[in-house]
Amino acid sequence: MGRKLLLENINVPGINTFEVYRQKGGYRAVEKALKSMSPEDVVEEVKKSGLRGRGGAGFPTGMKWSFLAKPEGKPRYLVCNGDESEPGTFKDRYLMTYIPHLLIEGMIVSSYALGANTSYIYVRGEMMPQIRILEKAIAEAKNAGLLGKNILGSGYDLELYVQPGGGAYICGEETALIESLEGKRGNPRIKPPFPAISGLYNCPTVVNNVESIAATVPIINDGADEYAKMGIGRSTGTKLISASGNLNKPGVYEIELGVSVEEFIYSDEYCGGIANGKRMKAVVAGGSSVPILPANLILKTANGENRLITYESLADGGFATGTMLGSGGFVVFDEDQCIVRNTWNYSRFYHHESCGQCSPCREGTGWMEKVLHRLEYGHGKLSDIDLLVDVSKKIEGNTICPLGDAAAWPVASAIRHFRDEFEWHVTHPDEAMQRNYGLAHYADPLPKPEGVTAN
Amino acid sequence: MLKISNTEEVIFSPELVTKFNEIVSRYPEDKQKSALLPILHLVQAEYGWISTPAMDKVAEYLDLKPIEVYEVATFYTMFFLKPQGKYVLEVCRTGPCCLVGAEKIMKYIEQKLNVKEGEVTPDGLFSWRGVECLAACGTGPVLQIGPEYTYYENLTEAKVDELIDGLRLKTAENAQMI
Repeated sequence: MGRKLLLENINVPGINTFEVYRQKGGYRAVEKALKSMSPEDVVEEVKKSGLRGRGGAGFPTGMKWSFLAKPEGKPRYLVCNGDESEPGTFKDRYLMTYIPHLLIEGMIVSSYALGANTSYIYVRGEMMPQIRILEKAIAEAKNAGLLGKNILGSGYDLELYVQPGGGAYICGEETALIESLEGKRGNPRIKPPFPAISGLYNCPTVVNNVESIAATVPIINDGADEYAKMGIGRSTGTKLISASGNLNKPGVYEIELGVSVEEFIYSDEYCGGIANGKRMKAVVAGGSSVPILPANLILKTANGENRLITYESLADGGFATGTMLGSGGFVVFDEDQCIVRNTWNYSRFYHHESCGQCSPCREGTGWMEKVLHRLEYGHGKLSDIDLLVDVSKKIEGNTICPLGDAAAWPVASAIRHFRDEFEWHVTHPDEAMQRNYGLAHYADPLPKPEGVTAN
Repeated sequence: MLKISNTEEVIFSPELVTKFNEIVSRYPEDKQKSALLPILHLVQAEYGWISTPAMDKVAEYLDLKPIEVYEVATFYTMFFLKPQGKYVLEVCRTGPCCLVGAEKIMKYIEQKLNVKEGEVTPDGLFSWRGVECLAACGTGPVLQIGPEYTYYENLTEAKVDELIDGLRLKTAENAQMI
């Protein structure tokens, strides 16, 4: 069994309560940080750990913290991003449901490090039960003197609040989240200024994912060196992977970064292989926004090496043959799944969730959804396939926030790797309504580089 | 089913206003606009949807222009701007759930309730709609029912039967008690 840092005690009965969490060594990190470390020490420790943002972008958390401006007379804020809306990702919901105090503890440690005296946990509105769970955990922690004025006699004050969202994927983008927390539409802001300079109420703000905040607890408890010993290279520590789709054992798994994709999908310790004895066709490794890969490419890199679950290995080969770790939303497709239909579904999602601020995204996502719909339903033309690539390229990189890229990549990658399946939908419209294209790609040799595969 | 019409004036109960006040206290002075989303959730939980007079009243309470409330209420998909069934079944329709049969479940619900997406059953009890990813992909297909947003996971047709029939029974029993 791999070592766990976040979910080690997840099966302890009552771990969601303050008493049991405390008995199991909970809130030691708060004691250690507030009693024996300066805020700068905590920042330094997180920097040294190599922890990278677990929400998707993978930016080093400690470095993000060190950018925080500290002007006189202005409050600083820590906002936890619990908006978790990326299709395929459900790890934060799991963590908040079953071990809420880990997040509360991480929030206290992190707020102390940043010098924030008021912090918010922004949770998507659909997770009302998790909001109640967190509010109860906050009340328990406050009752025990771990929140409020003069925590543990350290002179440090912190108030912590939970804020519900209203059902908008875009609010997972940090500046949209800040807008939403200010009671506005979730329109991302133009950067710079970055939130570290001007964020919530125009004050210096750090926005971190739930899992990133939780990871600060073992980092402070065991020290950065211990944390950095786990993982491979610049992918240190553990990562929560949300596994879904056609698997025998879908669910949330904590892995040490560096486990091979093959082991993760097929071993009994993790997902236990493909459900119903079927074969694997494709995988989206990091949430719906990252490029989809056919089975052969997710298991091995273009050089024939084993693909590992690390930021670097998953990205190996760039988008021609690689993908991204993203938020760790691992969606597995069996041989009966239709790539065209799935791509259309994702496009509809991005069209629905576009905030409408930038025209390439607002209009482009709509066009991609329309064109994919007609391909899926047998009214497409061969030229539609290149049209989709063209539209995706015109969205990518041309928007204020990364939703544009997130909408473009699934379409571009599906066509890159499964072009013949799209063509088959055009040339065999009636058949495509009756059955799926199947596994043609499973045993395929590695695709040729982009440019060669086009046309 | 209309609890309040779209023109009728809304008066928030003292209990509700107490909750509003608690929420406003979470933010710095003059930043009460931050309370808008939590308050809209409370209003929807109270009335089942959010009418224009209710939005106007929220604007008045938070000292905002009405447009500031309208533009927010129309942006976020969780807020209903027209009356719904007592129970709104919101089924995840996004990719991962579709891999494990969400589309079939949606068809089944449509058939069982015999109303189209977004419409209310004649008894006012149910409406349903597809929503985007609910962050429960590992236990899909999934649906949620507000205002507490309880999740019903690993859905099958039998589980949908159990859920809908159970809610019908509960309503009938409550009616008898009154």
